[in-house]
Amino acid sequence: MVPVAESAVVGPRPADPMRPLRYRVEQVRRETHDTFSLRMSPVDGWSIGSFAPGQFNMLYAFGTGEAAISISADPGNPARLWHTIRRAGIVTHALGRLQRGDMLGVRGPFGSAWPVAAAVRHDVLLIAGGIGLAPLRPALYHILAARKEYRNVSLLYGARTPDDILFRRELGEWRARLDLHVGVTVDHAPTSWRGDVGVVTTLIPRAPFDPANTMALTCGPELMMRFAAEELADCGVPRERIYLSMERNMKCAVGFCGHCQYGPTFICKDGPVFRYDHIHHLLVTREI
Amino acid sequence: METLEAILAEHPFFAGLKREYLALVVGCAANVRFECDQFLFRDGQEADQFYIIRHGRIALEVFIPGSGPLAVDTYTDGEILGWSWLLPPYHWQYDARATQAVRAIALDGKCLRGKCEEDNGLGYELLKRFAHLMERRLHATRLQLLDVYGTRR
Repeated sequence: MVPVAESAVVGPRPADPMRPLRYRVEQVRRETHDTFSLRMSPVDGWSIGSFAPGQFNMLYAFGTGEAAISISADPGNPARLWHTIRRAGIVTHALGRLQRGDMLGVRGPFGSAWPVAAAVRHDVLLIAGGIGLAPLRPALYHILAARKEYRNVSLLYGARTPDDILFRRELGEWRARLDLHVGVTVDHAPTSWRGDVGVVTTLIPRAPFDPANTMALTCGPELMMRFAAEELADCGVPRERIYLSMERNMKCAVGFCGHCQYGPTFICKDGPVFRYDHIHHLLVTREI
Repeated sequence: METLEAILAEHPFFAGLKREYLALVVGCAANVRFECDQFLFRDGQEADQFYIIRHGRIALEVFIPGSGPLAVDTYTDGEILGWSWLLPPYHWQYDARATQAVRAIALDGKCLRGKCEEDNGLGYELLKRFAHLMERRLHATRLQLLDVYGTRR
């Protein structure tokens, strides 16, 4: 753990990964009808330290339980720790009732990261569906902070309807950039919507990228990621340069409990970010 | 200025098509433009064309009684819109509305059907290409139907 007085942002992982640190909610932001973001800061002199894009924390709603939530913050500014959460179960509903000043527990950061260093000098495709934009946002922050290191960068995002689009203000800012291709599509929309309609995979052929020199990071519902990865592979992107962020029921987050076993791996410690060539056979295996 | 023949020859949809077949297709092609919010076709109208979109965006809409029109798909640069001209009863089943100004190449379906009947080789080549488009659209539509992104309201 890192004493906040010395450094609030950089330091090793907490010595006891099972011990939550107390954090206070500093800001609550409503993103959509079922999704919200929490900004939080440590209160006991210790923080989780720095994190890598794609990692997650265990957020503890006191008296209710823990949920694994990807960090949606800028890894270059870890003191402003954001998590974006969709209300889906008991814990996330409890987190959704938190207000500014309320306390919660935080363990982490855990898990593997997006390969932002290996993506240098490559075209980069970030393909997100629904809440999957949140775990990819730190990778995009990182890439945009070092934009010259990368070639064409594209963010392709699919949501259910226009009202379900996350990070609308930022999407607008990203769209205004001349060094970033942004495609947004929804499953269906009223006629007032002027953007694309259709699944996110339909945006792939429209993006500027050289398949042989592309790194693709995808996050969203598993089925969407599978079809996106297949589309990318069909386009010629090497399987070893396609990455997926997997999700299962995580409890301990350190590979002890086995709740998130995924074939021969544990998503909490071997993932959540996996290479497609390592797991593509598991995506079509039912008995895991 | 690029000729229609050059544009069509470069389009992936016609890749590998014999020159004589391409010439037959070009004979049925014309440049068209649509203003934003103009309809390319309406549900129930005779389907006598398909479009290769050069620039712009088109929404495929279905009208839901009591609710209004809903966009279910969009088409943009380089994409092919419309296959109802190919199959009886040759009627459009959706509305297609330009949501941006659109430049496209319209291909006369009646003209092409006649040429395909005269030369089944051309018909087979076009049918293969449209079958591929349909397969891709069907695949995407199935994924869309799964409504995978979030909780239902």
